[in-house]
Amino acid sequence: MTEKGITIVGVKKRYGSGDTAVEALKNVNMHVAPGEVVGLIGPSGSGKSTLLKCLGAVIEPTAGQMMLGDDLIYDNAWRVKDLRALRRDRIGFVFQAPYLIPFLDVTDNVALLPMLAGKPNAEARKQARELFKALDIEHRAKAMPSQLSGGEQQRVAIARGLVNRPPVILADEPTAPLDSERALAVIRILNEMAQKFATAIIVVTHDEKIIPTFKRIYHIRDGVTYEEKGEGRSFE
Amino acid sequence: MISLAGRDIMHSWGKFVFTGMGLGLLIGVTLSMAGIYRGMVDDARVLLENSGADLWVVQKDTLGPYAESSSIYDDSWRGIRSISGVADAADITYLTMQVRRKGVDVRAMVTGITAGGPGTPGWPPYLIGGRQITRGHYEAVADIATKFKLGERIKIRRNHYTIVGLTRRMVSSSGDPMVFIPLKDAQEAQFLKDNDAIREQRRRTEENSAFNRPGVPGLLDAIIASQSINTYVNAVLVRVATGHNPDEVAESIRRWKHLTVYTRSQMEEILVGKLIATSAKQIAMFLIILSIVSSAIVAFIIYTLTMGKIREIAVLKLIGTKNRTIVGLIMQQSIALGLIGFVVGKITATLLMAPIFPKHVLLEPLDSIFGFIAVVMICILSSIISIRAALKVNPAEAIGG
Repeated sequence: MTEKGITIVGVKKRYGSGDTAVEALKNVNMHVAPGEVVGLIGPSGSGKSTLLKCLGAVIEPTAGQMMLGDDLIYDNAWRVKDLRALRRDRIGFVFQAPYLIPFLDVTDNVALLPMLAGKPNAEARKQARELFKALDIEHRAKAMPSQLSGGEQQRVAIARGLVNRPPVILADEPTAPLDSERALAVIRILNEMAQKFATAIIVVTHDEKIIPTFKRIYHIRDGVTYEEKGEGRSFE
Repeated sequence: MISLAGRDIMHSWGKFVFTGMGLGLLIGVTLSMAGIYRGMVDDARVLLENSGADLWVVQKDTLGPYAESSSIYDDSWRGIRSISGVADAADITYLTMQVRRKGVDVRAMVTGITAGGPGTPGWPPYLIGGRQITRGHYEAVADIATKFKLGERIKIRRNHYTIVGLTRRMVSSSGDPMVFIPLKDAQEAQFLKDNDAIREQRRRTEENSAFNRPGVPGLLDAIIASQSINTYVNAVLVRVATGHNPDEVAESIRRWKHLTVYTRSQMEEILVGKLIATSAKQIAMFLIILSIVSSAIVAFIIYTLTMGKIREIAVLKLIGTKNRTIVGLIMQQSIALGLIGFVVGKITATLLMAPIFPKHVLLEPLDSIFGFIAVVMICILSSIISIRAALKVNPAEAIGG
């Protein structure tokens, strides 16, 4: 387990105990390499969200191992003391809805993460603006979230996920509210960013429009993951 | 690090300002209530200060003349004047009544002052217009709060008086403006009956065989005459000579004249501790109720604002925001709301309520400082519920599922 990116081995998650216990994740194995975008697909109740929460260090798995880059972050118990810092510095999140902070402009929405990490405001904003050109939101840097279109908001959310250059990004149905064209655009951007910043990106989706774009897909059913080769279609 | 609270306030400033203004009106009422209490205490002190007395000689075993009725003979002052350490002594009567002016009643404390001059105990110490009373009858000096004008004619009981002077800040402990008239007029006014009652009294006296004795000529006339004059005053105000201890002089008067004597500090205690004590308790109760209402309003507003941001808080927690940043966001907003409220409240109390309120409202800077501290404390305490709710938010809520 020395490969970078994110690696999950035999992760399990059980809710409750005794007769009422629910085994949400029974045996999850995944590996996403840096620069790779993989799909995580499964029906409702299959364990997608639980897996995402485990990967995002929001809930603790019951067993297994998780590696982030070279670091073993979970080995039947958290190996990292400060999970908050882990989420802030090493995991990027992109949600189904952009969930931008409504009272911060685009720049500060993105710069907030480096600021939270202790960077000076000017440096944090510079770091945020460096992403705007790549995401084609340079001209909206001073706009408030309410002034942005759905696609623009999602690009800002992607910028926020990327701004601390995390080794992994967890995207929870990032194209759900978008039409086909914009959904494909978001996936294209995620692929570009993954390549550019050597980030491993896991996209949880139901979206039939974007599933064919993945080169690799993990199916999850009844808490067990199965790997499948994707079509890897072009985004056009 | 940017101020999240500041940005949120700037983003929805209208909501904050209007909410703060609403809260401010409540704080304004609270500050005004404190000001009313201070005004009552100040009125009591001013009443004592402006009387120019060091000692109040009153009927034995009474708390007169302000807190209880007190009657002593109007020549008592002569004996008191002769006691060592007494620089000056003067009779005084107080009668709170409706004074008529052009058919309109004005509630005032009619004060009967003895003949003398400025500096005589009981006299208004200064005038802002006109002159002091120089005649023995039917002249008056009024506090400007009565809205009487110089030269105006007012009616006290059956008699008319001309306003010859105006003074300021001469009020009773309950805030009624004072009207000074000559002592003899005031004594008459205190017990003046209507003509029918006087005739009835004379008839009854004439029919009383004990008073109407054929063998004692002049007895009936003497008794009737004594019934229509008032030889009592409410108190004698005493100014102590320089170099004498008021307590010792008071003790001498008590011993030799068999009357009750109060020093200034004792009289102040009677006024503040007894006379306005009930009002003070009522005001204190109002202050407590208003503080609780203010706290509830701040808590409700902050809770509503926080609950409206629950998803953003979940996202902030998910992306690694420290709890203290979230606590700061809520608490700073709560304090900002309190600050807006306090500024609006202070302006409301100072510029709106104090000038138009029918009682003297004294807004002390120290009360404002305590008020400010109380508002900040209330805001901090009120935000605790919201902070608890925010800290309970699971970052997983941002992910859903």
